[in-house]
Amino acid sequence: MTSAGNLVRKPMDLDQAGVAEGRVHVINERCKECSYCIVYCPAEVLVYSEEINSKGYHYPIVAEGKESACVLCKFCDLICPEFAIYTTDAGGEGEET
Amino acid sequence: MASEVAKRISAPAAAARVLTGSHFMLGDHACAEGAMAAGLSFFAGYPITPSTEVAEHLASRLPAVGGRFVQMEDELASIAAIIGASAAGARSFTATSGPGFSLMMENIGLAAMMELPVVIVNVQRASPSTGLPTMVGQSDILQARWGSHGDYGIIAYCPASPQECFELTIAAFNAADQYRVPAFILMDEVVGHMAERVVIPEASKIPHVPRKGPRTAPGAGRFLPYAPDADLVPPIAHAGDGYKVHMTGLTHDERGYPLQTAEAHDGLVNRLVDKVRLNAADIVDFEEHLVDDADTIVVAYGCTSRSARSAVDQARAEGLRVGMLRPKTIWPFPEERVRRILGIGKVKRFIVPEINLGQLRREIERLTQLPTLGLNHAGGAMLKPAAILEKIKS
Amino acid sequence: MSTTQEQAAAIIHPFDHLMRADRLPHIMCAGCGIGTVIHGYARAISESGIDPDKHVCVSGIGCSGRAAGYVNVDSYHTTHGRALPFALGIAVHNPELTVTVISGDGDLVAIGGNHFIHAARRNANLNVICINNFNYGMTGGQVGPTTPVGAIGTTAPQGAIEQPFNLPHLAKAAGASFVARWTILHVRQFMDAVLRSMQKNGFCFTEVLSPCPTSFGRRNKLGEGLDEVELYRQRCRIENGAENLEELGIDIVDHEQTITLGNFVDIERPSFLS
Repeated sequence: MTSAGNLVRKPMDLDQAGVAEGRVHVINERCKECSYCIVYCPAEVLVYSEEINSKGYHYPIVAEGKESACVLCKFCDLICPEFAIYTTDAGGEGEET
Repeated sequence: MASEVAKRISAPAAAARVLTGSHFMLGDHACAEGAMAAGLSFFAGYPITPSTEVAEHLASRLPAVGGRFVQMEDELASIAAIIGASAAGARSFTATSGPGFSLMMENIGLAAMMELPVVIVNVQRASPSTGLPTMVGQSDILQARWGSHGDYGIIAYCPASPQECFELTIAAFNAADQYRVPAFILMDEVVGHMAERVVIPEASKIPHVPRKGPRTAPGAGRFLPYAPDADLVPPIAHAGDGYKVHMTGLTHDERGYPLQTAEAHDGLVNRLVDKVRLNAADIVDFEEHLVDDADTIVVAYGCTSRSARSAVDQARAEGLRVGMLRPKTIWPFPEERVRRILGIGKVKRFIVPEINLGQLRREIERLTQLPTLGLNHAGGAMLKPAAILEKIKS
Repeated sequence: MSTTQEQAAAIIHPFDHLMRADRLPHIMCAGCGIGTVIHGYARAISESGIDPDKHVCVSGIGCSGRAAGYVNVDSYHTTHGRALPFALGIAVHNPELTVTVISGDGDLVAIGGNHFIHAARRNANLNVICINNFNYGMTGGQVGPTTPVGAIGTTAPQGAIEQPFNLPHLAKAAGASFVARWTILHVRQFMDAVLRSMQKNGFCFTEVLSPCPTSFGRRNKLGEGLDEVELYRQRCRIENGAENLEELGIDIVDHEQTITLGNFVDIERPSFLS
């Protein structure tokens, strides 16, 4: 996983291109702690919560300092077997699909 | 080219759904025509003697009126396909005999549990196992009632002539739709393979009882696919109608969602049985011949009833007070009729000739608690009038 | 409900309208991939451009078979192995409907094997998703027709000795007009394969490999669901359009063997009774 600083060749319009920013929403009660979202997030946004839900699972929470790190790749949303996590555009417009 | 063949086959030939008129027709074909007249739109089956003629007849008749005919890879697929088609709104139908009937049993239970109407024809042959494939039997009577695991209600008809094959097939479709149950036509090989006069009326005279549909539009409140009406039958919504139904073979609640408790199970299964049991008076169909003053009553069905009728008339001619009860619905069995006859107080014994080793006899014994003689043959030959007469006189 | 639960219950997932959300969380184990498959299927329904009222889901018996109970379309949870002919009855009677079958490996190709090859032969217009977790999970981990040689199951405690089916090879040989294999990790590719199936006429087959941590994973020392998904990530390679399907069987036990994924077959041939 590379960040913009490690690019070997920089696109000429890099300063005009933006990186999407997402906001993560977790439905704590649905989580079963499978860990897919935490492990596969490309920006390492998520960590296990200290608290547990009513079934005893540690659901994902946004790690400290990572509140703006989500790049809206939606992988957590797509892979979650429990429909327990989704992302919205941080611009506040929400998901289209 | 396969696609050209396919086009040729699917091009509809001019054909009427209802062949109004007088015909000389095979029982199997009359059954197929009954299905056509009842509005059959989907047939899935597998060839098996002596029912194959039903499928072969429908292979050209059904597509010609825009219906779908599929020969499936086995009977398990056939019954599954007709239940699926029923879920999508079709009047659907299959035809088989003993070995195929056995294969269908699991999914008959599914149809009962999902309350999806289907009609199944069993042209009975000498059983068990492969038996005598081309020869008559009547030994699947109890299997039709109890064949799948568990308790559930079904309706079964026993035609005794090609004319009745036509009429009772229509009745079976109506009963299946009205009560949301599997309905059976238990023909026997003699009736299936005999040809006789069949009179088919005008299309407008064919009785038609459609399924009860939802009383609210899709999206207007939550539709409960298994909330019964006063007749114990829930209205049905079909796939694609917009009600987003869920149906499962698991024990379920009124939403159709699995509900795995003993209480839910007892409630549901009792209703599946009661649907038929408590509505039996409207379902049963039978013929009584000289029963009111009889001291001996012969109970016979299917081809055996033809011999029995002959024997009973001969016995009467000889001065014996004999009568005959011929159930056209074998399930539910016309118990109330038997009780009425018992109530007259004259009958002393029953005789049940059948081409099996005593399947209906057990029901009569149980119901009447009177001496019940069987006249039995395991299969392969009709019971002759002379043999029945001899039993009457014994 | 506690306050946390109340607060949580107030948040709903944007796809809840495609689910019977009143039944979530579903019964699948933690780490099981079936939920991901259901999720991908629900998204494909949304992307398909086809009215959800015209989508139908038919499933068989097993953990995979429970999928039908969670999607908010007309859905039918049928008998073991018989989802395909049931679905065929629906699709043939009403060709306007988009019928998807979700089934497990045992349900589809053991008890359902005959129906599988015939539905493919007929090129019946069905979208089939086979969730392959290499065992019979719901009944506790018996070996099945896709269990790799040497893998442990409750009915083969010394290791399975029969050669398993290679599902894409079987589907192609039987006549399927679309064949794909993905894993639950390959969320977008899997969803696109299902979407393609919905838009395409004919028998479309997608195999999805899924962890079964409770039964298969535990007995075969594959760890938790995450560990098996990591196995996919490390050992899978993608080869769209691969032709040598007969060589692309799966061996989970052999740690050297590559698992090949991809959209393998996408052909046009007349669909049965369309």
